[in-house]
Amino acid sequence: MSLEFLFASGIGVLAAGGFWLLLRARTFDVILGLTLLSYAVNLFLFAAGRLAPGRTPLLKDGVAPLLANYSDPLPQALVLTAIVISMAMTAVLLVMAVQARVANGSDHIDGREPRA
Amino acid sequence: MSGMASHIAVLPVIVPLLAGATLVVLHRSPLAFRRALSLLATLVLGLVVLGLGLAVEHQGLVVYQLGNWPSFAGIVLLADRLAVLMLGLLVPLALASQLFASGGDDARGAHFHALFQFQLMGLCGAFLTHDLFNLFVFFEVLLAASYGLLLHGQGGERLRQGLHYVVLNLVASALFLVAVGVLYSVLGTLNLAELSARIVVLPEAQRSLVEAGGWLLLIVFALKAALLPLYFWLPRTYASASAPAAILFAIMTKLGIYAVIRVYGLLFGPDAGALAGFVQPLLFWAGAGTATLAALGALASPTLRGLLGYLVVGSAGVLFMAIGLGTDVGLAAGLYYLIHSTLAAAAFFLLGDWVRRHRDGGDALGRVAAMARPAWLGGFFVLLAMAAAGLPPFGGFLGKSLLLAYAEPTGATVVLWGVVLGTSLLNLLALARAGSRLFWQAPAVATARNAAAHPPSPALGERVAMLMLVFGLIVTTVMPSDLARYVAGSAAQLSEPATYREAVLGRDPLPTTVPR
Repeated sequence: MSLEFLFASGIGVLAAGGFWLLLRARTFDVILGLTLLSYAVNLFLFAAGRLAPGRTPLLKDGVAPLLANYSDPLPQALVLTAIVISMAMTAVLLVMAVQARVANGSDHIDGREPRA
Repeated sequence: MSGMASHIAVLPVIVPLLAGATLVVLHRSPLAFRRALSLLATLVLGLVVLGLGLAVEHQGLVVYQLGNWPSFAGIVLLADRLAVLMLGLLVPLALASQLFASGGDDARGAHFHALFQFQLMGLCGAFLTHDLFNLFVFFEVLLAASYGLLLHGQGGERLRQGLHYVVLNLVASALFLVAVGVLYSVLGTLNLAELSARIVVLPEAQRSLVEAGGWLLLIVFALKAALLPLYFWLPRTYASASAPAAILFAIMTKLGIYAVIRVYGLLFGPDAGALAGFVQPLLFWAGAGTATLAALGALASPTLRGLLGYLVVGSAGVLFMAIGLGTDVGLAAGLYYLIHSTLAAAAFFLLGDWVRRHRDGGDALGRVAAMARPAWLGGFFVLLAMAAAGLPPFGGFLGKSLLLAYAEPTGATVVLWGVVLGTSLLNLLALARAGSRLFWQAPAVATARNAAAHPPSPALGERVAMLMLVFGLIVTTVMPSDLARYVAGSAAQLSEPATYREAVLGRDPLPTTVPR
């Protein structure tokens, strides 16, 4: 199996798990789902610069500064930003979920238990 | 330009950032001080926007490269007439929101003004950025602040709607990043002008991937702007927000529309070959569906503020139809309508808050309830209902009639006429129903034990805010030719992506082929 196949399957599994959890109606599951989804997205963004094993984004003496010789640094910078943002958003969401649980007495995403 | 003047394009981001940071640090200082500081910052922002507007008039496009990095490596901000128009709309709305909040809404938590300034920063940045990833970042900044503002002075209902709103937007952010990844992997850049240049010479084999990226981005923008299958979150969220937050939300849906105009106009503009305008037919039909369903929603809405939420959705639908026409004049008419509908919605949200306070049963339309009915309240209601439904003499009427007048060359005339006129009638009926329920069916004499029978009259700040917005509506009504000329200029500027490429890339030309 090629690296690309493994990588793509990993993203697919993470995204599928994330969406499945997102569609569940409890806040904790939804938050976990969003976290998994953001992992998938971050890996996808990383792959946008192409998978380049053994190559670094750091310039070396004697190697021409072409993309063919290095891995693309920009997606890595994007991923870093996206990780920070998604972590902060998860924190916000966690606080809201706890408060909603306290205020509404239910961890259902609609703030109340569905009628049986 | 030289010295400070050349930095004017970045100041709309810097001013609210500094003000917000200062307000976070000083959150224990007296409320009056925080109010004054925040108001001062917004006034300074207004001056900056004025300066930027003059610079844009003078130069055409104002390009700003942060840290003087060349555009392929650095962050580029670009101000054109459309960006200035949106900023110019943002400033009075922000002032009105702050003044209204000074009536007491900002006292319910320590960080109202800091959140407010951060939201302004996100909005200004999103209007000015010329880079897809920074658009994402500014979206996140303004969304993070809007979560805070939505939950400010929270209650169970606000938390519930807030949770839905946050989760939806986080999913949209994930999609945004996927779209960014797809476009970057094919085109190797995220700078809008650069993307546009590379799409022009895009080989046929890669077209479908770029198109997929384009559709993904459209889902994100459509969610922000509340386009047809993605608007269900909006009415309830807006109905549960406090009035000052709702004013800013009124311009946040317009940000989605702005992003569609900006990104699709530049990337998939007239010279994009097979990809030119590929989303426009969908935008037109989705807009028509949105406007129709929103008008029905307004008619069936159980609360006044829910009704207002549907009016915001409906105006977004009309705007998408204008964009979907794919003509300069259609877009210009749409922009004209955008100014008016945003002001009208904002003013109406303030009025909705007053009604809620004056009435025994809040703003629920389902039951008859006692209400103190000073003449000015009913007067404003009639005035704003006329403005929101697009009756003459207000600007909304003019915007819609311009749109109808310009629809002819495209062949979708029947649908456009039918939807615009039909939804206007339905909106008028919905507002008439709400007005008669609120003002005419209430018991004539409110009982003395009702707290709502003797509400305190609105604070000075609230009254000034309302008068400001109504003044704005009057300006759009009495100065139609100047405004129409400005929006026509904006649309003409947008129709030439080549000038943007030249302005952004001209100083450091890159090969326009994909470097892979």
